[in-house]
Amino acid sequence: MNVAPYAVAAWLLLVGIYGVVTSRHLVHLVLCLAVAQASTYVLLLGIGYRTGGRAPIFFDIPPGTPVVDPVVQALTLTDVVVEATVSAVLLALAVQAHKRFGSADPDRLGELRG
Amino acid sequence: MTVAVLSLLVPLGAACALAGLAPFTHRRAGWTPVLVMAAAAALSAVALARTAPRLDFVFGGWRPRVGVAFAIDHIGGGLALFVGVLGVAALAVAARSIAAESLAFDALMLVFIGAMIGFCLTGDLFNLFVFFELMSVSAYVLVGYEVRRRAALEGALTFAVTNTVGSILLLVGIALLYGHTGALNLAQIGRTIGPADTLVEVAFALIACGLLVKAAVVPFHLWTADAYAVAPTPVCILLAGAFSELGLYGLARVYWTVFHGSLPAEEVRAVLLAAGVLTAALGAVMCAVQHHLKRMLAFATIAHVGLFLAGLGLLTAEGVAGTAIWVVADGLVKAGLFACVAILHHRFGVVEVADLHGRGSRGVGVIFVLGALAIAALPLTGKALIEEGEAWLPVAMVLVTGVVAGTLLRAAGRIFWGLGKPPPHDPAGDEPAGEDVREGEGGVGLLRALAAALVLGGIAWGFVPGLRGAAGRAAAAFTDQRGYAAAMLDGHAPPLPHVVLAPPGATAYVYALGSLGLALAIAAVGLWGGLRVPAPVEALRRLHNGRPGDYVTWTVLGAAVLVGVFTL
Repeated sequence: MNVAPYAVAAWLLLVGIYGVVTSRHLVHLVLCLAVAQASTYVLLLGIGYRTGGRAPIFFDIPPGTPVVDPVVQALTLTDVVVEATVSAVLLALAVQAHKRFGSADPDRLGELRG
Repeated sequence: MTVAVLSLLVPLGAACALAGLAPFTHRRAGWTPVLVMAAAAALSAVALARTAPRLDFVFGGWRPRVGVAFAIDHIGGGLALFVGVLGVAALAVAARSIAAESLAFDALMLVFIGAMIGFCLTGDLFNLFVFFELMSVSAYVLVGYEVRRRAALEGALTFAVTNTVGSILLLVGIALLYGHTGALNLAQIGRTIGPADTLVEVAFALIACGLLVKAAVVPFHLWTADAYAVAPTPVCILLAGAFSELGLYGLARVYWTVFHGSLPAEEVRAVLLAAGVLTAALGAVMCAVQHHLKRMLAFATIAHVGLFLAGLGLLTAEGVAGTAIWVVADGLVKAGLFACVAILHHRFGVVEVADLHGRGSRGVGVIFVLGALAIAALPLTGKALIEEGEAWLPVAMVLVTGVVAGTLLRAAGRIFWGLGKPPPHDPAGDEPAGEDVREGEGGVGLLRALAAALVLGGIAWGFVPGLRGAAGRAAAAFTDQRGYAAAMLDGHAPPLPHVVLAPPGATAYVYALGSLGLALAIAAVGLWGGLRVPAPVEALRRLHNGRPGDYVTWTVLGAAVLVGVFTL
């Protein structure tokens, strides 16, 4: 087993969350969230990878050829759609924040306390 | 079992139709969404009635090994029906109180409810995640619906950011579990998982984090009050009554189908009980210092979620049955209380106790007080079953329910009877509603009837004949891992383990009286005594500062603690 994809996934997750925590701009924050989410794509694809496996399209490959796991690819695709939706919603909120209140700093929006 | 699928497809289909029509009209959908939801709830009821305590249903006749399985048992199906009923109530409140002239609001509400029903019925781990995300995303938009208000925008943002981090953790956990077992069907994972190693422990901790963020368990709860305070009231009904509880349901479902028998039960039990009691205590304390009605009810929800988690954390069929009974009663009562808040908001445009002092009508006040008393003492059955799990649990329960109910009674005394001095303005203050979503102009008669029906329904729920037996059988099936797997994968179910639930004993009544007494005492002290907020509570309050970065930090810390506890 190659540990590289897992290391990359862990790195992306940590870096993304670090970015979210320290962000000073809403668009930056949303992109950091997207980076953190990207770690799940890498993780999923890494889990499904088989050394020497081909793309799982059973059209012109002889039966018994090793292929990579198609399930994780379906999962990743679903995950991408979900993430795109969340990003769209968050970016729309960020645009509204900037338009109505002239600030995109998540810490300066603060109105709720306690 | 097409009926069960229809209960999910009807609201989602109607939502698509409404969303498709939305650009062409500026009218509201009127009572159509309520009727759609009532039909879906009726379908859920039929599905539940036809379901044996344990039943497997697989889409399109696929063998479960290939298809994405749906599985209905009495706990999942019952919860789906409960979500449907709450959905009808919430949509009825929306039809009366939301004046936005667009079909989009109703469409979003239907997606939200449909996704919650799907979450209850799925038997597949990844599908669980998909419904989880669908309900989350629609909730983000619904919470931020009054986007012209600054607080609404910020509440939606913190909600969305914190919960997205939670769902990333959940997905990482699911991916690890898939890598370990090669399966996504819950029953199949449970069969192949084997004894726990570090990977399984990490996967469980991460999945638990994702679901506990949704359930608003300490320290993942920080987004909750900010979101509830700004959400339109019908959305609050669903958030407080079902959304948080679904996080707990998801955790219990995954634990009992997958991890039970693999992870050391003692450890899981200790962690869940500790988290539950901590959450309940924090929720109660924070509830007591609120003067903004929706925030008050939000912390009341957190306190109750803590108690529910403690009930599930006992890891017994009795605990599951007690929690299931209590979740329904609590959800109905809380929906009734939120309907009362909707009436106040509708009349006066504010929901802060200071602004409402002595202005509320006493008819609504009686409903509100009934609801608060119900929170202190009901439902005897559910509470008693949980109380028997641990010697110290009754004390925690009496304290938490007493403080929460006392706070609500204090607010009711001020608002509806003008007792005591008006409290200071809440630092989390509320601004007047924006123009686009002013609460509508229709009469409040219907809202009042609805609030009364919900509160009385919550109280009556505990007296439904045969409830204890049904809950016992449902919980027995829910906690029977082998039986679930056999029903799902082999198509035949072994006989149910026999679980008989004892009726509440004399001690249960004593505890209920203690809770009531404490509630009255706290309300009296709050109204006429001059208590200052102690410094530690003030510090605790400052942690709820509305900054997404800080909330995510706490979420990550909580995740690190959970992973650490389970792996070390």
